[in-house]
Amino acid sequence: MTAEVAAPTDATAASAADEAPAIETSGLSMRFRGGQLAVDHIDLAVPRGSVYGFLGPNGSGKTTTIRMLLGLLFATEGTFRLLGTEAQSGLSGVLPRVGALVEGPAFYPFLSGRQNLTRCDAADRTADPATAARRIDHALDQVGLLAAADKRYRAYSLGMKQRLGIAAALLQPRDLMILDEPTNGLDPQGTREIRSLVKQIAADGTTVFVSSHLLAEVDQICTHVGVMSVGKLVFQGTLPELRARGEARILVRTVEPTRAVGVLTRLGLADISAADSQVTAALGEHAPERINADLVAAGIPVAGLETVQPSLEDLFVALTGEGFNVTG
Amino acid sequence: MSPAEADVLVIGRATGATPVRHWWRLLRSELRIVFLRPRNLALLGVLGAAPVFLGAVLRISPPGPGAGEGPGGALILQVTGNGVFLSVASIFFLLALMLPLAVAVVSGDSVAGEAGLGTLRTLLIVPAGRFRLVAVKYVVIVAFCLASCALVAALGLIMGALLFPIGRVTLLSGDTVSLAVGLARVAMIVGYVAAGLAALGTIGLALSTFSQHAIAVMAATLVVVVISYILDSVPQVAAIHPVLPTHFWLAFDGLLRMPIAWSGLLHGLESFAAYTVTFGVVALVRIRRANVTC
Repeated sequence: MTAEVAAPTDATAASAADEAPAIETSGLSMRFRGGQLAVDHIDLAVPRGSVYGFLGPNGSGKTTTIRMLLGLLFATEGTFRLLGTEAQSGLSGVLPRVGALVEGPAFYPFLSGRQNLTRCDAADRTADPATAARRIDHALDQVGLLAAADKRYRAYSLGMKQRLGIAAALLQPRDLMILDEPTNGLDPQGTREIRSLVKQIAADGTTVFVSSHLLAEVDQICTHVGVMSVGKLVFQGTLPELRARGEARILVRTVEPTRAVGVLTRLGLADISAADSQVTAALGEHAPERINADLVAAGIPVAGLETVQPSLEDLFVALTGEGFNVTG
Repeated sequence: MSPAEADVLVIGRATGATPVRHWWRLLRSELRIVFLRPRNLALLGVLGAAPVFLGAVLRISPPGPGAGEGPGGALILQVTGNGVFLSVASIFFLLALMLPLAVAVVSGDSVAGEAGLGTLRTLLIVPAGRFRLVAVKYVVIVAFCLASCALVAALGLIMGALLFPIGRVTLLSGDTVSLAVGLARVAMIVGYVAAGLAALGTIGLALSTFSQHAIAVMAATLVVVVISYILDSVPQVAAIHPVLPTHFWLAFDGLLRMPIAWSGLLHGLESFAAYTVTFGVVALVRIRRANVTC
């Protein structure tokens, strides 16, 4: 791979870089000084044009990974490529094409929203000073902050602060957006606004890498998911692939659960459990209509019968383990 | 890429702009942050009040005989005779605490303050560039040192002219020089003292890259000054006096002699340069590999 990259002309190298995954990590690890392995040899592959949901419970290493990708932390092991650029060769060339929001917005409380964005833009070597005012207004407009642009950041609500953080990421056209918990602490309206903004950014062809622990959010906007648990990447793939991992179950409502269990056992269904007037079992390859016919033929009064796909939450919990308050 | 996107790229990216312009733009932004910050303006206000206060006190109750005792006494005596000395006397008294304090605040805040606010990560992911950011912060610290000294000197000269006679300047060595030469000497003192403070500022900048608690770094920087002052006044450790960061600060009185007492001044500039280089390197090495976790 290295030999290929070294030889070709600028044009082919550029097109090769364009086709490279937006983010590609190999054995990326971070061990903090206390000895804690916060990120444990993860191999991310974020395809171009995807909306990649980076999931995991709090403390599973999501933010640490994002900090490494943005050059804030230095990986103790492993390598990564951002938009085809090798991290070791320096990220300063590629970061201007990456818009990011890390662990909540951070700005100067004594400056207004507009002044804060002006400072961000002034720090960008690739930004054109001549168009700064226009770009800043445009970014503020995109997140609906134009009216509050001259208010001090200190006076902003949590949602406004979050939106200003996204505005900073929108000052330039980006090839990749890395958003760490963009809806953290927002009310339902704010969450919806951010979600539609992310959809819009993705619709413009920008790859979006968004970390979250809000599954509903991921369900609605993501094409791909990666799931972190205790520093490890325990799943990576498309959303349908994740769903396919979950086994469908059949749920029978009846006043005679004991006899229903008998029928289901006879049919060879696995993992049968009965509670009150409900019986569930792993569906496997069985046809639900056939099960229904057999139950009725056995004279069991079937009040309801449905197949249940596992929710994203069930899948997530299966991958990352129960919370302490569930098991404990 | 669609034609519309291409347009956005053209207006967004500075294809032809020079690196100098981008450095200047970040520098201006940094100058605004430091010089328009209410806290720093308050510091400059306190510094500026000193020559006004000192001038008023000396005008209301002129120093009697015997006031020439002790360091600074000679300067005080000169003020009532010639207002030009009010600027130098003010710098002398402010060097005891207020000027180093102001520099400790600004330099200690430089990187640690950004880390504490979290704006360090905002700037680094732009990306501002780690070296570039520290370099710009250093330049602004130097500018702040120069501005503080110049402010004190300027207000000292204005108050001196208003309250006391102004004219040919009698130097500490007894020689008399023209007002123009006297003013030039004051300007040189401003430059020399600012260089000494900027060396302290580099220490503050270096310490600032190790913490996200700006207050702690400000205090640590001031502690450096206090310990240096104390050691400098203990004759038993005279051997280490020349390597203390504050040892040559008061050598500016060499500029009030005829001919100029260059020896102390040059040693001072060497000492300031050594501190600046050493701690500048510490700051750059530290920022290069610092993990930004806040």
